[in-house]
Amino acid sequence: MNAQASQHPPVDNLGSPLPEAVGHVSQGRFERVLRQGHFVVTSEIAPPDSADADQVYERAALFDGVCDAINATDGSGANCHMSSVAVCALLSHVGYSPILQISCRDKNRIAIQGDVLGAAAMGVCNVLALSGDDVSAGDHPEAKPVFDLDSISLLTTIRTMRDESRFLSGRKLDKAPKVFAGSTINPFVPPIENRVRQLQKKVAAGAEFIQTQYCFDLPVLRDMMRRSVDMGLTEKAFILAGVGTLASANTARWLRTNVPGVHIPDELIQRLEGAENQKAEGQKICVELMQQCKEIEGISGVHVMAYRQEKYVAEMVRQSGVLDGRQVWAPGY
Amino acid sequence: MYQLRRFATRHARAYEMVYNASSPIILATLTVFNKLFGSKLDAPVTWFEKQVKGALFDCKMCGNCVLSSTGMTCPMNCPKTIRNGPCGGVRANGNCEVKPEMKCVWVDAWSGSQKMKHAQEIELIQFAPNHQHKGSSAWIRLAKEGGTNRATKSVSKAEV
Repeated sequence: MNAQASQHPPVDNLGSPLPEAVGHVSQGRFERVLRQGHFVVTSEIAPPDSADADQVYERAALFDGVCDAINATDGSGANCHMSSVAVCALLSHVGYSPILQISCRDKNRIAIQGDVLGAAAMGVCNVLALSGDDVSAGDHPEAKPVFDLDSISLLTTIRTMRDESRFLSGRKLDKAPKVFAGSTINPFVPPIENRVRQLQKKVAAGAEFIQTQYCFDLPVLRDMMRRSVDMGLTEKAFILAGVGTLASANTARWLRTNVPGVHIPDELIQRLEGAENQKAEGQKICVELMQQCKEIEGISGVHVMAYRQEKYVAEMVRQSGVLDGRQVWAPGY
Repeated sequence: MYQLRRFATRHARAYEMVYNASSPIILATLTVFNKLFGSKLDAPVTWFEKQVKGALFDCKMCGNCVLSSTGMTCPMNCPKTIRNGPCGGVRANGNCEVKPEMKCVWVDAWSGSQKMKHAQEIELIQFAPNHQHKGSSAWIRLAKEGGTNRATKSVSKAEV
């Protein structure tokens, strides 16, 4: 085996794309596992500040065996990194099931539609529509914010391309991008009482899966899920609860102060503060959150966000038992 | 302007009544203008619309007006110009993630819409605005297209 082959996982036919299936919109494993009724686990890669593909594979390999799909963030926090399209193309090439995050901050409708086609051509089966953080949050605050579309208009765009095989302009596509479309919701920030109706709008616009912001306040999540179930939304879209690990009480305080939309209850911070080993306690909390989310009606999986703590994700997922012993596909299995 | 804009949200029901009463008159007048003068009065009418809506709603003259579907709150004041908000970054006090001193435009929009007779219109999907219309008069376009003041044209899909 030469050096390059050992760095790049071998291409395996058990990856994506899968054969077409009735009632499925994509040929990706993520949609298949969800529609089979399994509780799924997804996580996300922070794209490298590098032109090195091996860094992408190294980061993805941390999730081998525990993640059904891997989000590639699109300039998260308005910071510049390797593009999400490129990360997803690299991951698809070796059979992973990546979720292409598209933020409306940096690209207009012309660029975005081109990316959706290009990504689908390279085997990407899942797209997540986001509005995106404002440029002022990142390392290039002098950049021009685009925001030509918003997340709901982006969902409409993706569904138009996929289902009507045309661009927004009406021009026909020779082959439609068969992507499973998703978006996000944050149940924990105002207007909390109307968040479920915004979820309804996203589902109406074509979201087939939803990944939530960090869920550290389960009573609020339970309330929104109860209403979602009552409104029939969970029959139309798979909801994945966002969970995360907090390295320390200070990290938690920093997160909720500096990262828009992150809500962490005081009790949780006190629990971390009182722990002998805060890092271990943070992971214990994450494991408990996964287990508790699995018990909530209408929740189809968890999305684990562990920025700079990615190496602990596999162990936390295994400890939680949420996969019920299911062996998740990874290159080489 | 910010205070007046927020006043409109708090009194969305009254504004809606005035809006519903005045819109047919404005549109009928503009339709007559259009027949009599063609496009000769477009510039002064656009100027007038900009002054009135600018003062009352902080209108940005996007030319794709959806005020009656967004709780009488102009969504173009959102720093991300989101048309189906709010985003997930709203602060715990309901203020904007980007401009911490400003109330989130969409928190106001949802609150304003609930006071209105057509409260459910905020649940309609508004597709992104047509940027070719930026700076032009939404009134004149509606009058020329024979439309209504309700932004049904931008509703792309039915509700759930």
